[in-house]
Amino acid sequence: MIRGRPVLTAFGHALPWAIAIVYFYVAPYALSFGTQVMIWILFAMSLDLALGYAGILTLGHAGFFGLGAYAAGLFTIHVSPDPILGHLAAVALAALFGAITGAMILHTSGVTFLMLTLAIVSMLSEYANQARGLTGGDDGLQGIRLDPIFGVFEFNIFGKTAYVYAAVVLFGWFLFAWRIVHSTFGRSVDGIRQNPRRMRAIGTPVWWRLLAIYTISAAMAGSAGALSAHSTRFVGLSVLGLLTSGIVTVALILGGTRRLYGAFVGATTYFVVQDWSAKISPFFWEFVVGGMLIVTVLLLDGGLLDLGPAAVRLRDRWRAGREGK
Amino acid sequence: MLSFALTVLLDGISYGMILFLISVGLTVTMGLMRVVNLAHGAFAMIGGYVAGYLTQQGGNFYLAVIGGAAAAAMLGAIAEMTIYRPLYRRGELSQVLLTVGIVFVATGAVTGIFGAFPYPVVFPAYLTRPIDIGFREYPAYRLFLIAVGATIAAVLWLVLDGSTYGARLRAAVDNPAMARAVGIDVNLLFTGTFIIGCALAGLGGAIGAGILSLEPAYALKYIVLFLVVVIVGGEGSFGGSFVAAMALGIIDTLGKYFVPEAAAYLLYAAVFVLLLWRPRGLLPPKSAA
Repeated sequence: MIRGRPVLTAFGHALPWAIAIVYFYVAPYALSFGTQVMIWILFAMSLDLALGYAGILTLGHAGFFGLGAYAAGLFTIHVSPDPILGHLAAVALAALFGAITGAMILHTSGVTFLMLTLAIVSMLSEYANQARGLTGGDDGLQGIRLDPIFGVFEFNIFGKTAYVYAAVVLFGWFLFAWRIVHSTFGRSVDGIRQNPRRMRAIGTPVWWRLLAIYTISAAMAGSAGALSAHSTRFVGLSVLGLLTSGIVTVALILGGTRRLYGAFVGATTYFVVQDWSAKISPFFWEFVVGGMLIVTVLLLDGGLLDLGPAAVRLRDRWRAGREGK
Repeated sequence: MLSFALTVLLDGISYGMILFLISVGLTVTMGLMRVVNLAHGAFAMIGGYVAGYLTQQGGNFYLAVIGGAAAAAMLGAIAEMTIYRPLYRRGELSQVLLTVGIVFVATGAVTGIFGAFPYPVVFPAYLTRPIDIGFREYPAYRLFLIAVGATIAAVLWLVLDGSTYGARLRAAVDNPAMARAVGIDVNLLFTGTFIIGCALAGLGGAIGAGILSLEPAYALKYIVLFLVVVIVGGEGSFGGSFVAAMALGIIDTLGKYFVPEAAAYLLYAAVFVLLLWRPRGLLPPKSAA
């Protein structure tokens, strides 16, 4: 949360969207980069609900992202080229998959849960690899042709439509997520993360709450996947890889969990750093991102958004030390 | 038919031996100190790359393998003392994140130093030839893997079962608090065992390069397999790891012979069902009961 004076708070809330609008006009040549960043913000935000708020330790979120991407792509090819319908189908499928797998594994926790999520996403990935006829295997899913949104806004190579489409979807999900985490439901999920036993003792249906937040999170991740498939008109096998889960976790943690805005800061930082360091040398970004992750975990518990408060604490301690003399 | 069954068995066992060698250190990290260590594959990778470099420079194969294991052990010692120690008190999330960070750094470093392409270990000529084992010709390399794996497993078993060190280690896995109370220096024990585990991973990465080929993605690609061995066997259970590694090796080989198109996801499906049925693995150590 952004604290401080109301004007500053309002400014803080408006800032990401203002940046998105300004970016649209000042960087028309790099809109696909902006679209990609927004897709990953949405993906990281979905992980924030499950991992940040509910404390569900998962490395399987790539499964929902990938499922959404393949579903959106296949729907477009085989059923209807309407992007909205395809998007809704992808979200519904990801939510359904989240509900089913969640119902099977959410009674476990910790490492066992982690392994179960890894097993699920590995199964999906192997299936997508084998089912060449359906998914294109490791060549990826090609030939996605989209109708204009509402029959008006055409997808073109400059990516203007894709950019606005991603921004609108992200904004919608953000409002939804904001509503959820500030509801009593959201508070109870936060409580489950802190102490599931106590929440159960006061009568919270722990398993159902976890299943609900896991399903919502899966739907959001599927939506991000659908955006990815639609904006690039391609789905590669790597969407289901462990690296995808790893990157989204990095993006969330860099920004900080349980803030929603952490996803904005983290995903943006991640892609800017990746873009910049990959220009220096193609291997360098992994090195830099890994180093950033290690430093964040060891020193900044709350991610980059914690830099400000951490600096304030340091300043206060310094002042206190000086006054003490 | 019998000869075919034996071939599948040998293939499976040699693959399982590699999985066991690499995973046995991981079961200590996860069972003894309760650290979710996703970076274990990185130590195997580094051991493999160092051995690969030394053999490509014309070095003796066995010395190169020892060099790889030593390099993995050294990096393991440094990592344990600097990065892992603050982790013991942290939650599982921090452990997952930080070790993923190590994987990224190791992958970037290996790509930077050795390049992005698969990196071969040069095996001695007599290991690359098939030899006659009575009923058919069989690759000497795989027999070599079985021999090394069986020897090390036997030594580990003797040490763990018969020495004071083994008794202390088992005690610490079963009940760390009680082990501390009776005067066992659990931290020192762990540092030592972590280093041995990294050395074995490095060794496994080096001699197993003919099966699990070395590439920068190695650390991420195979970690799921190593985790499966540890979790399915039961965290902290050495016997369990051995059984799980052998089972995994044989099942995977069988799958590749009979249902090549479904092998990979059948394996994960089996793991999925098994973990739902026995969340603590096949042979959990006593404390877990």
